[in-house]
Amino acid sequence: MSKWLPDGKERYKGEMLKLENICFEIDDKEILKNIDLEVDDRFVAITGPNGSGKSTLLKIIMGIQAPTSGRIWLDGTDITELSITERANLGISFAFQQPVRFKGLRVRDLLELAGGKKMSGKERFTHACDVLSEVGLCAKEYIDRELNDTLSGGEMKRIEIAMAAARGTKMTLFDEPEAGIDLWSFQSLIKVFEKLHQETDGTIMIISHQERILDIADKIIYLKDGEIIEYGEGKNVMRHLSLDESPSTCAKLQEKAGLAQREAN
Amino acid sequence: MELNAIQKSLLKEVAELDALPVGAYNIRSNGQSAARNTTDEIDIVTKTDKPGIDIIIKPGTKKKSVHIPVIISESGLKENVYNDFFIGEDCDVTIIAGCGISNCGGEDSQHDGIHSFYVGKNSRVRYIERHYGEGTGRGKRLMNPTTVVELAEGASMDMQTSQIGGIDDTLRVTNAVLGENASLAIHDKILTEGEQHAKAEMHVEMNGDGSNCDIISRGVAKEHSLQEVVIGIEGNAACSGHAECDSIIMDKGVILATPQLKATNVDASLIHEAAIGKIAGEQLIKLMTMGLTEKEAEDMVIQGFLR
Repeated sequence: MSKWLPDGKERYKGEMLKLENICFEIDDKEILKNIDLEVDDRFVAITGPNGSGKSTLLKIIMGIQAPTSGRIWLDGTDITELSITERANLGISFAFQQPVRFKGLRVRDLLELAGGKKMSGKERFTHACDVLSEVGLCAKEYIDRELNDTLSGGEMKRIEIAMAAARGTKMTLFDEPEAGIDLWSFQSLIKVFEKLHQETDGTIMIISHQERILDIADKIIYLKDGEIIEYGEGKNVMRHLSLDESPSTCAKLQEKAGLAQREAN
Repeated sequence: MELNAIQKSLLKEVAELDALPVGAYNIRSNGQSAARNTTDEIDIVTKTDKPGIDIIIKPGTKKKSVHIPVIISESGLKENVYNDFFIGEDCDVTIIAGCGISNCGGEDSQHDGIHSFYVGKNSRVRYIERHYGEGTGRGKRLMNPTTVVELAEGASMDMQTSQIGGIDDTLRVTNAVLGENASLAIHDKILTEGEQHAKAEMHVEMNGDGSNCDIISRGVAKEHSLQEVVIGIEGNAACSGHAECDSIIMDKGVILATPQLKATNVDASLIHEAAIGKIAGEQLIKLMTMGLTEKEAEDMVIQGFLR
């Protein structure tokens, strides 16, 4: 199965992402417990109660947090020891739950950075305008805006999603994109992800409590207390959860999804 | 006078000039006038009582520019220059000044410039000033610019001043007096590194009803450098003033920000905001997730901050 690559990295054939026995502890508290996971689908949603370790899991994949133990493989390359930068350049992107603001840096600066070095200046600019339109923002109006506190939370959030998607990497991680957005953007947000799902070549992993996001996922991971309780096709996971082991949690989950849905409508 | 390669590169740094500019200009190089051009509307006259020039802009001059860069490439040169701008009524002009010092020698080079602007009624002035230093010599690069601004009724001035590294010691003083409905905007940017020391003192006096000022000061202090910023706004009429002093501190840098507000009129509305902090870790992480190294991310944050 495995062979050695010229650069000395062990390669294995198989999934886009593989986590092997990932543990994460902080202050003697186990946040993630022996996570084994293989992801090969194009759209995987991660759901579960607050504090279940969802964000930590994505941050460990991006390299923002280092696991206490375990190994991570991306498309056959062991990335466990790689920095955030190296992982980003290998093809992982990350959309933060709380987008970071920058004084002086404009929307176009970051979108053009996302476009990458391969594009010419003009191509990068056109690409930046295109992705802004995709998240429902008028490129003309937003491209030269500073990413400072003159932008609303909802606007920041949409730009954050655009930045991650604009990189067009083989793996894109979204940490709860629906959190903190206004009602209007909620509707367009769902459309953005439906479109991303249809058009993207890479794999999307998305933390969400939204029923409509969970609906379009190829697979759903249900995380609780740092463990994967369920991992499988959406309907099966939802049905299983609602009838079986953790009815209270799932009821809450459905309630939450329903509530947000009603708010959006 | 022919400029050598060092002088040409300095000229590009301070005035973004590859060739002689269009319109009126005066280029001062190593203490002498190296090139000058005047137009029908803009006259430049050498002072007779002290070093420097008078720049006289006729009333009604619109959409014209004046370049007055100063470059010093001789180690040990020290000069004190007075440039006075007399801007007539109803003008709309851009003035590009700046000083570049290249010191590869062992002696200190120093440029002290006093720029005075007398801006006539309803005139608009855009003023851009860049300070730049380079060179490997032990001799220091010193600059002490003073800017005096007098805005008549309805006049406005937009000042963009910057000093991005390279200057060992600087005291930059700006004093402005605003008349009725006059408006002043200052955007000041400074980056210090190594053992550099920079002090900026800005004082704006609003004496006319309806006058306003907006001062934004951005500083980055790296390594062992020291920055001091004093922004004083005085409201003596029905006026509004806003000052924002924002600094990024790095390494062993020291920043001292002193806000001063003084009001002598109940209809004066003055605001001062000051903040000092390091680059937020999450900003670096965000840029690293987009493929930049930590150093590249840091540079991008600073570049944006000082834009």
